[in-house]
Amino acid sequence: MSTEHVTEARTSVYVYEAPVRVWHWINAASIVVLAVTGYFIGNPLPSVGGDTSDMYVMGTIRFVHFSAAYIFAVGFIGRIYWAFVGNHHAHQLFTLPFWRGEFWRELFFEMRWYLFMERAPKKYEGHNPLAQFFMFFAVMLLSIFMICSGFALYGEGQGIGSWQYSLFGWMFDIFTNSMLLHSWHRLGMWVLVVFIIVHVYAAIREDIMSRQSIISTMISGERMFKDSKD
Amino acid sequence: MGETTETFYDVIRRQGISRRSFMKFCSLTAASLGLGPAFAAKIANAMETKPRIPVLWLHGLECTCCSESFIRSAHPLVKDVVLSMISLDYDDTIMAAAGHQAEAILEEVKTQYKGRYILAVEGNPPLKDGGVYCMPGGTPFVDKLKYMAEDAQAIISWGSCASWGCVQAAKPNPTEATPVHKVIKDKPIIKVPGCPPIAEVMTGVLTYILTFERMPDLDRQGRPKMFYSQRIHDKCYRRPHFDAGQFVEAWDDDNARKGYCLYKMGCKGPTTYNACSTTRWNEGVSFPIQSGHGCIGCSEDGFWDNGSFYDRVTDIKQFGIESTADKVGVAAATTVGAAVAAHAALSLVKRAQQKGSQSDEN
Ligand code: HEM
Ligand code: SF4
Repeated sequence: MSTEHVTEARTSVYVYEAPVRVWHWINAASIVVLAVTGYFIGNPLPSVGGDTSDMYVMGTIRFVHFSAAYIFAVGFIGRIYWAFVGNHHAHQLFTLPFWRGEFWRELFFEMRWYLFMERAPKKYEGHNPLAQFFMFFAVMLLSIFMICSGFALYGEGQGIGSWQYSLFGWMFDIFTNSMLLHSWHRLGMWVLVVFIIVHVYAAIREDIMSRQSIISTMISGERMFKDSKD
Repeated sequence: MGETTETFYDVIRRQGISRRSFMKFCSLTAASLGLGPAFAAKIANAMETKPRIPVLWLHGLECTCCSESFIRSAHPLVKDVVLSMISLDYDDTIMAAAGHQAEAILEEVKTQYKGRYILAVEGNPPLKDGGVYCMPGGTPFVDKLKYMAEDAQAIISWGSCASWGCVQAAKPNPTEATPVHKVIKDKPIIKVPGCPPIAEVMTGVLTYILTFERMPDLDRQGRPKMFYSQRIHDKCYRRPHFDAGQFVEAWDDDNARKGYCLYKMGCKGPTTYNACSTTRWNEGVSFPIQSGHGCIGCSEDGFWDNGSFYDRVTDIKQFGIESTADKVGVAAATTVGAAVAAHAALSLVKRAQQKGSQSDEN
């Protein structure tokens, strides 16, 4: 028993390659910008006075939203590319091993750990199953939805002949009134906000309480294990 | 009625309209269709030489606001032309004939102009209980519609009722009012939505079909592109105030007097495709936003069911609970935030306990 504590064996693996790490932080920053500007698009700041031709408050907010949107979308495409060429952790975000019993068992184990029903967590190089589950839905699918709905709305402003509308106009076959698409785009933002709260909390907590590094891993790419037990 | 090779021009002249007025109408229509001046002559030529297309105007479940709009076209001539275009054949609201005499015309046109007439539908058929909630001439409207659609060349869905369902189809839609395109599936359908649509838009569409002998280009939702390809917001004269961030905050505030943007008052201009902000209404006098009220989005699908006319972030009814994205979002974020805080506190306690027991073991 005591030997373990003395050695404090620390091992590490290289998990997140540089492009994944860069993408993560660019993505995080663009989502923050998108959420803040998006909030003020539907719920604008108090009216300003002054000479109309000197003012561009709403215009600027929308411009920043659209610029961040392009960064977000291009980054996402780049991330998909990296899922193919990167290491085997790089495609974890895009897959959900739905048919693997083991996955669900471990997911429940992880839930029990969060519910304080397990004493010690398991070790994972990549995402733990619970994290993978949320990543798949809240990051992967939701990003796709935000990009499709966002560019569809953007296409309305660009005109129905624009490439944005040609590529994403089909969203209006589903959301036949554009007002409805606005509402769901907005709801998507709130889902992301909730995800961010949980994500940031879980990352900090895991960093402290679990047996591996989390936050520094997204900076250095190295997953450090705090002990050498299985 | 007789076998006619009668042209629109013949009809127009017979109604006492001068050639000069006729030419004016042609230029006006060419302009409203977004065509160059050369097309005015083309339109004139078509109206002079091509046989008139019979237009049958049916009324289902509706309020007749489309017809009201129609007979109040901006240019008085437009109205005359339009009436010549349609009333000669069938429009049970404004035609001279009535009763059996009127219904007989339907039959006559259906056989005589098989495959050539245009069916203009104002209102929609309610389907519930065999369609008994709308019974023109003693038969369910849905039957009449299907019967007349059989031999039509194309159908024009006038107004939001025919195009989307409008108020009678708003939740809970007690009579199961159903837009035309969901009942008639095998004919080209042109939607001209609006509650009501703009008169010039209606004439423009008919004139286009006559002149070019084809349907106008339609957008993804089946509306003629020349009138429905831009949103109110794209051509709104208050748009500079929107971009500047200058909004009306209350109906009686100074900003309202200054004519600032009505976005915060719930204007649906940014999500509404129509020509109001360019064509305007009543001889180009005004349109809702110009008179100080936001656009309510009357030409959009399900505009009654998309929350208040006076909010920008509106209720999502599809959600089961009626609530806005912001209400749902704030509630969820608060709940989750509180849960996270509680979880963090509990984690600290657990950790302290474990630390304690570990040092005991050592
Ligand atoms: C994380 C991703 C995103 C978030 C959180 C987000 C958030 C929002 C929010 C809250 C709104 C206001 C909706 C309303 O109330 O009307 C909005 C509007 C909009 N967003 Fe996004 N958005 C995201 C991504 C995108 C993307 C990728 C695009 C693509 C260009 C985009 C384009 C738009 C457009 C065009 C509007 C409407 C602007 C207007 O009506 O003036 N968004 N966004
Ligand atoms: S009044 Fe309505 S349509 Fe006009 S700029 Fe403002 S939001 Fe757009």
